[in-house]
Amino acid sequence: MAESGVTDGLCNAEDIERSKTEGKELTKEEKQRLRKEKKQQKKNKEKNDENASHEGKKKKKKEEKPVGSASQPPAQPSPKAVPAPPAAVPVPASEAPAPADKPAKSKADLKAERRARQEAERASKGKKGDVGQPAPTGKLKAPPSELQPVVKRLPEHVQVDDPEVLKKLAKKLERQQIPLRSDYGYKVSLFSHLHQYSRKAPLTQQLGIPSTVIHPAIVRLGLQYSQGIVAGSNARSVALLHAFQQVIRDYSTPPNEELSRDLVNKLKPYISFLNQCRPLSASMGNAIKYIKKEISNIPSQCKEEEAKVKLLRCIERYINENIILAAKAIAKYSIEKISDGDVILVYGCSSLVNHILCEAFEKDRKFRVIVVDSRPRLEGREALRRLVQKGISCTYVLISAVSYILPEVSKVFLGAHALLANGYVMSRVGTSQIALVAKAFNVPVLVCCETYKFCERVQTDSFVSNELDDPDDLIVTRKGKTQLEQWQEVPSLGLLNLVYDVTPPDFVDLVITDLGMIPCTSVPVVLRVKNMDQ
Amino acid sequence: MELQAVLMAAGGGSRMPDLTYNTPKPMLPVGNKPLMWYPLNLLERVGFEEVIVITTKEVHKMMSTDPKMKDVKIKLDVVCIQEDGDMGTADALRHIQQKIKTDVLVVSCDLITDVALHEVVDLFRAHNATLAMLMSRAHEFTETVPGQKGKKRTGEQRDFVGVDQSGKRLLFMANEADLEDGLSIRKSIMRKHPRMHIKTGLVDAHLYCLKKAVVDFLADNKSISSIRGELLPYLVRKQFSKTTNCPKSKDDADDQAQKTIDGSTNSTELLISSRDEPLLQLAQERSCWNDHRGDMSEAYHGGKLRCYVHIMDQGLCYRVNTLAAYIDANRLAPKLFEEPAVHPSAVISERCQMGSDSIIGAQSQVADKTSLKRSTIGNSTTVKEKVKVTNSIIMHGVTIEEGCNIHGCVICSNAVIGRGADLKYCLVGSGQRIEPEAERTNEVIVGTDQLMEI
Repeated sequence: MAESGVTDGLCNAEDIERSKTEGKELTKEEKQRLRKEKKQQKKNKEKNDENASHEGKKKKKKEEKPVGSASQPPAQPSPKAVPAPPAAVPVPASEAPAPADKPAKSKADLKAERRARQEAERASKGKKGDVGQPAPTGKLKAPPSELQPVVKRLPEHVQVDDPEVLKKLAKKLERQQIPLRSDYGYKVSLFSHLHQYSRKAPLTQQLGIPSTVIHPAIVRLGLQYSQGIVAGSNARSVALLHAFQQVIRDYSTPPNEELSRDLVNKLKPYISFLNQCRPLSASMGNAIKYIKKEISNIPSQCKEEEAKVKLLRCIERYINENIILAAKAIAKYSIEKISDGDVILVYGCSSLVNHILCEAFEKDRKFRVIVVDSRPRLEGREALRRLVQKGISCTYVLISAVSYILPEVSKVFLGAHALLANGYVMSRVGTSQIALVAKAFNVPVLVCCETYKFCERVQTDSFVSNELDDPDDLIVTRKGKTQLEQWQEVPSLGLLNLVYDVTPPDFVDLVITDLGMIPCTSVPVVLRVKNMDQ
Repeated sequence: MELQAVLMAAGGGSRMPDLTYNTPKPMLPVGNKPLMWYPLNLLERVGFEEVIVITTKEVHKMMSTDPKMKDVKIKLDVVCIQEDGDMGTADALRHIQQKIKTDVLVVSCDLITDVALHEVVDLFRAHNATLAMLMSRAHEFTETVPGQKGKKRTGEQRDFVGVDQSGKRLLFMANEADLEDGLSIRKSIMRKHPRMHIKTGLVDAHLYCLKKAVVDFLADNKSISSIRGELLPYLVRKQFSKTTNCPKSKDDADDQAQKTIDGSTNSTELLISSRDEPLLQLAQERSCWNDHRGDMSEAYHGGKLRCYVHIMDQGLCYRVNTLAAYIDANRLAPKLFEEPAVHPSAVISERCQMGSDSIIGAQSQVADKTSLKRSTIGNSTTVKEKVKVTNSIIMHGVTIEEGCNIHGCVICSNAVIGRGADLKYCLVGSGQRIEPEAERTNEVIVGTDQLMEI
């Protein structure tokens, strides 16, 4: 495939010559490889200009991606994805991904080695005629890792249909003494690379009852995740940090070990366990990164009690700053956007949006709310209850009526599960549909999201990385009859219960964060600023 | 540590006096294993490493000599209490309060079940419940009970159990004996849970997960003496009591906060407030989950005390506290385990016809021309020639002379059945001798000194 072609300057030239002499036409991949090669050469000359046009490159790269991903369905979620080859655009040299320049210099040796290896491979394979095929396995893994400063591999949870990855996972879990949760039911083929679990088979079935390997607070949390008792990005993060507080409180450093290293190792199996119960959310991932960093930064001469108190305080501060105060700040900004007489549309149950609306109502803004809901979760009912309890006048519709109700709406407020680095909004499934319809009706769409949910991932479609919920949730019993009861026995029937979808930034007019009101495309700037702070 | 297991093995077996006057209930053989082996095995299988066993000195002595008990790998911490004392199960818990460091799982020694224990404990964990218990659909006892005069036993009091629509939350529990003028349900319960299912055909397995705060509460309330009879209905009622639902006053960031709450009135002791409560509260507020819908209240109606029940539809669950249950348990208990029907040390002659449903204990001897169908033969029992044993339970150390015909009987340990005796549906007490050529039907044969004193 094309992405492996960037570094194969020499061998590609050979191949292309060979195919030319054999009378074949240059395949698309070979053309791309040629172009890449030229790019590489120019890039090596102009590497001094990279810093100046950093921003420009990134913007152009984003434009390239939608085109590129169309030609390669398994798009990589790595932000510095080199393999975004525009089929027809002659790319100027300065477009080459900026961070790749630095490693290109230092990894020249590795590249040379690899070229030699691939030449040898091609020499042995060349007679079979698969000229355009690079090493078939590891097509997504090996090449980009050499061009980037950080090795980014595809996470395990989007490679479920690869038996080798599953084997590795099983080995890792065995080492950590955590049971492996098995997938359930027939998976729709487009999503067969994702896990699908059944709620009736909890992970605790395979654990011993007074759980000794895993801290009881974590077992409880895992259960609450898998049963949906703690649902919603903020709630999950808060509950996670609370459980970590209990773990830290009950922790005692074993002899000859350092707290900063041992505690992080202790947390790893817990995180695997929680991941098995329910795939981690972006906010949880960021919280875990923060905690691990804080633990590693504990100086070794710090006494255990002091260290523990410090960590507990860090957790409190993190929650206070990023969730509680952020909610207040976002509410303050949003209230400016809500005027009297507004009709606001909300979707599902977002804790942040509910908070904003309740605050606005307390500040005596006159508005009414339309709550849009969707099956199978029907979370809108909970949002409806909270708003009506405050006294806000609400209307409730299902998502199938959204185009009917939209002419009445003046603004749409959406919550987000995560904001991706290319400006896409990852949220509950159905959100992108609402944003699309709102765009068609020219209704402004405002997304509210705290900055701790910003994520460095990049995704342009909802297929690559998603979550599959229990398919049995779609089964409903009406008047005593359950039509889908035997769905597993019908060979051509598959039940799909998606949890998330991504909304492109073109449909989002404004993102309200605790740092202010920013356009969707400024997410990578915020991420960069945050990274610099740390 | 998450859970501590407590096995209640001090009960007297008051509902089957004929069986228990010589052998204490925990050591009654069921399928050739002592009764208390079954809950211990359940706990061991699930992963417990230690159990606190509350029992009497007599049982403790018998435990140490019993070979099957030596197979139990779990560590037993035996606490002996007075046999004749009127100690109820709650009193026993109070007695060991010092040993209880975390939430407890209370099991009774007469429980034989193959339940997936994680179902009960998951309810306890996931909903942060104060109580989680196990109940099962009552099975009709099909076997004829020896000594029964035919009519249904009176005094079989029904239990009324009210659960909510999901079938998990326990809303109401009362015994028929306590409901003199009829069943009354408080309006507050009906307002919160408009749909309640009231079931009467359930058997309480006496398996309870209790929070540590409940044990501490028992320590202060000495009036409660039985878990099943008093503590449980109290907890179920307290779920909806007004004082537990009113919003708590703000805790200061004070280390004394927890102590002051525990020291105040009884009802607030059960609120189990921990210093982390604000974070848990925050998580619950932000979570878009509710356990009920249709009214304006938050999850769990804001109540902190929650009681849950897991009702088993399928699977085995027996409380061996009556003779009928004992007989049924003997039939079904061996099927739970894949053990050979005949103990390797037993000597069986070749011309013995043994049905597939029978089991024979260690060091027993079965002579020629005998027929054993659907029976349990205990350890060190001797069965002589031409004996027909059907549908019976023979305990340890029994001698059955030649030519006997035993049908549907329970023969207790160390009894001797004379030659040619014909026993149908009899219960022969421990150490009794049946004279040769006796013909008894539907009788309970016990020693005169064991007859009830009126």
